[in-house]
Amino acid sequence: MSLKKLLAAGVAAAALTAGAAQAQSLVYCSEGSPEGFDPALYTSGTTFDASSHPVYNQLVQFVTGTTNTEPGLAESYEVSDDGLEYTFKLRPGVKFHSNDQFTPTRDFNADDVIFTFERQWKDDNPYHTVSGGSWEYFESMSMPDLLDSIEKVDDMTVKFKLTRPEAAFIANLAMDFASIMSKEYADAMLDAGTPEMLNQQPIGTGPFTFQAYQKDAVIRYLRNADYWGDPAKVESLIFAITPDASVRYQKLQAGECHVMPYPNPADVQAMKDNPDINVMQQEGLNVGYLAYNTQMAPFDNPKVRKALNMAIDKQAIIDVVFQGSGQAAKNPIPPTMWSYNDAIEDDPYDPEAAKAMLEEEGVTDLSLKIWAMPVQRPYNPNARRMAELMQEDFAQIGVDAEIVSYEWGEYLERSKAEDRDGAVLLGWTGDNGDPDNFLGVLLGCDGVGSANRAQWCNEEFDDILVRARQLTDQDERAKLYEEAQVIFKEQAPWATIAHSVVFMPMRNEVQGYVVHPLGGHIFDDVSIEE
Amino acid sequence: MLRYVFSRLATFLPTFIGVTLISFAFIRVLPGDPIVVMAGERGLTQERYDELVRQFGFDRPILAQYWDYLTGVLQGDLGTSFVTKRPVWDEFFALFPATLELSLCAMVFAVVLGLPAGVIAAVNRGKFFDRALMSTALVGYSMPIFWWALLLIIVFSGNLGWTPVSGRIDLIYYFPDPTGFMLWDSLVSGQSGAFASAASHLILPTIVLGTIPLAVIARQTRSAMLEVLGEDYIRTARAKGLPPARINGLHALRNALIPVITVIGLSVGTLLAGAILTETIFSWPGIGKWMVDSIFRRDYPVVQGGLLLIAVMVMIVNLTVDVLYGLINPKIRKR
Repeated sequence: MSLKKLLAAGVAAAALTAGAAQAQSLVYCSEGSPEGFDPALYTSGTTFDASSHPVYNQLVQFVTGTTNTEPGLAESYEVSDDGLEYTFKLRPGVKFHSNDQFTPTRDFNADDVIFTFERQWKDDNPYHTVSGGSWEYFESMSMPDLLDSIEKVDDMTVKFKLTRPEAAFIANLAMDFASIMSKEYADAMLDAGTPEMLNQQPIGTGPFTFQAYQKDAVIRYLRNADYWGDPAKVESLIFAITPDASVRYQKLQAGECHVMPYPNPADVQAMKDNPDINVMQQEGLNVGYLAYNTQMAPFDNPKVRKALNMAIDKQAIIDVVFQGSGQAAKNPIPPTMWSYNDAIEDDPYDPEAAKAMLEEEGVTDLSLKIWAMPVQRPYNPNARRMAELMQEDFAQIGVDAEIVSYEWGEYLERSKAEDRDGAVLLGWTGDNGDPDNFLGVLLGCDGVGSANRAQWCNEEFDDILVRARQLTDQDERAKLYEEAQVIFKEQAPWATIAHSVVFMPMRNEVQGYVVHPLGGHIFDDVSIEE
Repeated sequence: MLRYVFSRLATFLPTFIGVTLISFAFIRVLPGDPIVVMAGERGLTQERYDELVRQFGFDRPILAQYWDYLTGVLQGDLGTSFVTKRPVWDEFFALFPATLELSLCAMVFAVVLGLPAGVIAAVNRGKFFDRALMSTALVGYSMPIFWWALLLIIVFSGNLGWTPVSGRIDLIYYFPDPTGFMLWDSLVSGQSGAFASAASHLILPTIVLGTIPLAVIARQTRSAMLEVLGEDYIRTARAKGLPPARINGLHALRNALIPVITVIGLSVGTLLAGAILTETIFSWPGIGKWMVDSIFRRDYPVVQGGLLLIAVMVMIVNLTVDVLYGLINPKIRKR
């Protein structure tokens, strides 16, 4: 029969291609296709993994495995006493990559830095509208308001002037959108009439050069032999795009890839039991929460919110919804972030006490809506199931909960409304490792009616945030944020639910991989030992 | 014959206009603002939102937007993806060869196995082979693609190690200027083992995608054959003493082919629908997965352009089927 013949052909082919993953190539089974290769145009981690991490550098960069920064393309920087001027000394002798259409004639200098930011900032820059020109991260980190000017002091010195002191400015410059582009390449492509090439054939200074991308299939990179830092350990880096998590696992087992992200939680135990596979893990830089509408009675009463928080059995949620890939959250920021206040005690799970508290406040026959997100996120893998568990928990204390949901775009929009009916399940993943990126964005008074889904504006809390933003000393800031977390816990605008636990399964021969708290997958220092 | 082809072609244009209208409307009827979906949890300022609305042309009346789209399409411009910022045409042509290659293999697989199976079942009506085959076909037809694909991967790639898990070719092979047809690319590259690798990567996806059409073709061939085998002229042929192989193969099968070809034509639609799941599981870089991703991202130009191109393909296949009818049965052309 032909089926048999087909299978026989398969066996022959498999024999021919055995040992496919060669020692010098690292194959990473990535979870999806990048949207493009210009990291400033996009906000997804999948795109950053394929663009800013292998191909580009920033002026300052995150030390892999931490949220601290170290010098990158800037050798050093100085901050003026008023916190308004940042002067960067650039690293000499840094070479840009080349490709079929472009070979650089000069090293990296101040023009490249200025071009990188001005194309996102200035309407009159010819690249401002290229490739759709949506600079989402530049905008959402408030860079247009924050930047006053960027000046070239000399070829190797750049001065940023700010409109106000901003403690997280350095961390912002380490983000993906601040990846340094080659002005020379940009000019050449503009002259050739193909400016979109910046987004399709990236030229950077990073540890890997971009070789080729076959949409939805494979991305190939080669080691950058001229890299200014320690050269990458592997000769080539290959992303095998594999959207289905079960299939990624099969490929990892079959040796068709070395590393895979985002396993199915249900598969993790089997992976740990597999002698060929090593599973690394770390808490993700995220938080999943239930935000009450603190402007609507009776949820404007902190005691009512607290009572509801005490009715939620978080451990059950971790077990059922996260299947072990989560950790109960007591603070609004994740434990891998500096200033995390570990002294805070979580509200106990105590339905009896919760019920008594509600009675004390004179709240009876309480009913509320729980909004369940229609999408999966690391901080909430199954919002519908989570909402059902909460519904049961609330029923225990006599609170009647109804679950509602909307299409994702609608959900995001409608949940912002100040007169929203109900408590919203949502979450956040950190951008730059700075606590203000959680506390300020999600709980500051400015965010009411938008990202502050609890519609919560507490003067004392907000005042601390404003003060912390103006300090540059990390220890002083950390003290303030620790205080802010105490106020948060007393006031309970959210029920903090969980931080995800990120699992990275890889084959045993992979050495030197570090799980990065900011979520990126970075392969500079990874090697393969047979 | 030419007149017949032209009369078929005449129905093409109104259908085409209808499809542009439906594809344009479909994605806009779905709830969800593409700009808000793009921004995600992070959100956008009102000014930025308004700017993007202007940029994408959403501030213009809906009829004007449709008119832009239609005139663009007629000039061969399907617009630019909101997400990748690349022309829809370019994306389509980068991905379509993968879908076409897989669909053709699945179709060949289904026809080569389905036709003889149906004929043999009909000839042996009511016997063991017939019953076994028809119940297998029923199972095949009802198989959930996702489950079936994972089962095959776990057994043949995981446990037995006979076939690769996913992808189109082993990653050690790299072709700088591919046509996108991997079998062809690997053959002309001259790299040893490349063709075998490409072929082995095709086995499981072909089986998965071909399973439903195979079941349908086998069942349809059987029932069409049974009908024809009861006709008078077959009895006459038997009475004349013609050998059974000649009766079944020449006289019966040819007349049974009309409904079978209809089913094969209709299966093209099924193949494209099946390709969505098959491509996702096997990491097959084709248009099925591209469409699904774009619907989730509310990438209007890609969804409407992709739907239109797929519809045009189905229309072309149907036209071909109509022409084939005419070739097989002269009576149809004269109607």
